Amino acid sequence: MSGPAIQVERLVFAYPDGRQALFGVDFTVERGERVALLGPNGAGKTTLVLHLNGILGSVAGGTGSGRIQIGGTGLHREHLTEIRRKVGLVFQDPDDQLFMPTVRDDVAFGPANLGLRGSELDDRVHEALVQVGMQDQADLAPHHLSFGQRRRVAVATVLAMRPEVLVLDEPSSNLDPAARRELADILAGLDVTLLMITHDLPYALQLCERSLLMDGGRIVADGKTRDLLGDADLMAAHRLELPYGFDPLSVPGPERS
Amino acid sequence: MLRFGRNKNQNERVHVPDGFFDAPTSVATGLIAAGAVGFSLQRANRELRETGPALAGLTAAFVFAVQMVNFPVGAGTSGHLLGGALAAALVGPWTAVLVMSTVLLVQGLLFADGGLTALGTNITLMGLITVLVGYFLTRALLKVLPRRVGSVVPAATVGALVSVPVAALAFTGLYSIGGAVDIPIGKLATAMVGWHVLVGIGEAVITAAVLSAVVATRPDLVYAARHLQQDLVLVDADGNTSTVSPDRPIAAKPAGRSLGVGIAVTLLVAGGLSLFASAHPDGLEFVGAKLGFEGAAKNSAVAGSPLADYGVHGIGNAQVSGALAGIIGVLVTIVVGLAIAKLASLRANKAS
Amino acid sequence: MSGDGLLVAVDSPVHRVPAQVKLVALFVFVLAVVSTPAAIFWAFGLYAVMLVAAVAVAKLPATVVSRRLAVETPFIVFALLLPFVATGPQVDVLGLHLSQSGVLGAWNVLAKGTLGVIAAILLSATTAPRDLLAGLERLRLPATLVAILSFMVRYLSVVSDDLHRMRVARESRGYTGGRVGHLKAVAGGVGALFVRSFERGERVHLAMRSRGYTGRMPLLSVSGATRAQWFEGLAISLAAVTIAVAARVVSL
Repeated sequence: MSGPAIQVERLVFAYPDGRQALFGVDFTVERGERVALLGPNGAGKTTLVLHLNGILGSVAGGTGSGRIQIGGTGLHREHLTEIRRKVGLVFQDPDDQLFMPTVRDDVAFGPANLGLRGSELDDRVHEALVQVGMQDQADLAPHHLSFGQRRRVAVATVLAMRPEVLVLDEPSSNLDPAARRELADILAGLDVTLLMITHDLPYALQLCERSLLMDGGRIVADGKTRDLLGDADLMAAHRLELPYGFDPLSVPGPERS
Repeated sequence: MLRFGRNKNQNERVHVPDGFFDAPTSVATGLIAAGAVGFSLQRANRELRETGPALAGLTAAFVFAVQMVNFPVGAGTSGHLLGGALAAALVGPWTAVLVMSTVLLVQGLLFADGGLTALGTNITLMGLITVLVGYFLTRALLKVLPRRVGSVVPAATVGALVSVPVAALAFTGLYSIGGAVDIPIGKLATAMVGWHVLVGIGEAVITAAVLSAVVATRPDLVYAARHLQQDLVLVDADGNTSTVSPDRPIAAKPAGRSLGVGIAVTLLVAGGLSLFASAHPDGLEFVGAKLGFEGAAKNSAVAGSPLADYGVHGIGNAQVSGALAGIIGVLVTIVVGLAIAKLASLRANKAS
Repeated sequence: MSGDGLLVAVDSPVHRVPAQVKLVALFVFVLAVVSTPAAIFWAFGLYAVMLVAAVAVAKLPATVVSRRLAVETPFIVFALLLPFVATGPQVDVLGLHLSQSGVLGAWNVLAKGTLGVIAAILLSATTAPRDLLAGLERLRLPATLVAILSFMVRYLSVVSDDLHRMRVARESRGYTGGRVGHLKAVAGGVGALFVRSFERGERVHLAMRSRGYTGRMPLLSVSGATRAQWFEGLAISLAAVTIAVAARVVSL
């Protein structure tokens, strides 16, 4: 298979109530890249990522146009199952993502839909839980987990499908500092293409070399995270603010040089 | 709500316990409930496939949670919601029957609230009658009220108001058939209906307030009023303006055959049941006979002892005929309900 | 309300009985109780003894059982009224005119209702909700219904927490409850709760479809119960059926 991990061209979308959210989005993410998707509230970030596996958009019967390719496969109705396996989407609220009675059932949900059964399914579930360090909580009900644990299980539910692209919607929101760091360690150790919506700019800098900045339903900047965060005018123009005392030029990032 | 402090009136939810009605009544209402749930599953199938079972499950969780909330109704009393009419207005009658049945099943199995043998009775009274009465009254009123989404509030208010005393009346009816003790049915009916008119007022006020809140924020979520929604104005990428219909709920299935099959099955089940009930006043005895306990159980139906059957003197054959009459009454109620359903859906089809 | 129901999470022989066996056992037991003539007092004594034994074997604290018995209260009131309103021959007790059938009827409702509630507590306190769902699935409850039940159980605590947060927000702004003028605030809050729950349902559906859901939920149950498990689990219920039959014979 060939082609970039994610390729989005001229993506336009309006919600059924007439509110338009995307006004022509273009970007490409290569395999193995880690990219942060930044932008103020209402910029269209979540709407965009819901397009990546065909939940929204013309493929789902919505109002919109444009072209999306995942790993060289065009997003069409007949490829929907394959695309949804390739693109793992972690929702912002883990309670939306964990809907089965126990952690184990939940992590098994995706692979079972892919047709896995028996010991093959069990192995896949165990593997995904080990990746996020939750293998000892497999038989617990989601409401018995802490918020940070639920977020990690939510990541595992998606990892169990062995996605090529992992898309996370605000992974660090509502986490305490320790849980936030633990999740960063887990994400940094994964060998997948990563696209991450976040308002947590230090998190973006820590994990993602590259960032996309979105506002008003368009990509308004695309570059190295450090450069974007260091551009005070760009940041101010799009309502982004660094935490007090944080200097993006003086902390280590994920750059491999 | 156990975790954050119990409300002192939390246990006001009145579920019929085991042993309140005799076995044939329990079995009969159990079959009616099963038939109704099966029928609703069939009717709600398309919606559930479109929106997913999660939506119905969350609506059930909502109804469960809201039944725990005490509303100040006035004069120092507080009421709580049954929610049948409200759920019907919000998610439609068939999904609402499933939602209410789910709530009752969870209350019975997870919280030991409401007897297991009385589950059918509870579903019939609180899951079926309140929903159907509430919904079809709402739809009927919507036909005469101004054609806008807001009209659903007064319509469902009346639906909720009426649904509660009707359920109480049905309870009385069941009691007259299968109550363990002879009490003057007229008195019981008067007391039950009188009290439940008050409960119904509470139900109506709450339903009205909840619905008006939903209509104000997400009018598209009100199932009963979806056909009354205004068209939307959409501006596309190039700035062109167009008018589109809002997302329609899935068009009602052609009512013809499936409804006919449903009624036929319901009648068959219930009809066979009433026959069975009249021939075998005590259903368990029949099961016992099937299992090989004939010798033990025989003759008890005609036993002369004053304490035969439920130890109540003088019911005997009157009970048998009463059971038959009552089951026919319940059947008629259901058939009338289904007929109204058919009429309503035919009209809805014509209108759309 | 917690999503665990009444579960008392200890290990006991009763906890280990497969859920589908317990469901059938409960149903058979309660049916046997309900069909026992009210006047055969010893039968109810035996039922009670068996239930108490089962509660002890299940290591359930007495407080759990007694607290839950409170759900019966409205019917106790109803039962206590029966002797005064029922028709038929009267008896005088301590100067009160009571209906003979009413007294027996009150006993009937109280005894059967109480036994039924205790039996139901035994089920819900020894069975995790997930196992209960798997048991219902094995007993051939329609898959759609199992799915709705499963989502309801999962989101009970989430929705209740939402409700609780809204109440705290309301009360922290001075609402105390009880006044008619505030009905609108409470009901408006409940309306908002419905919108929230409904929108969550939509998001959950999206999350399901993202992971390949096409209309069939995966099965919860893996293996069935063995013959020995059925026999063990149904022991009390079968004894109850025997007692019920015996009681009928005696009352002839």
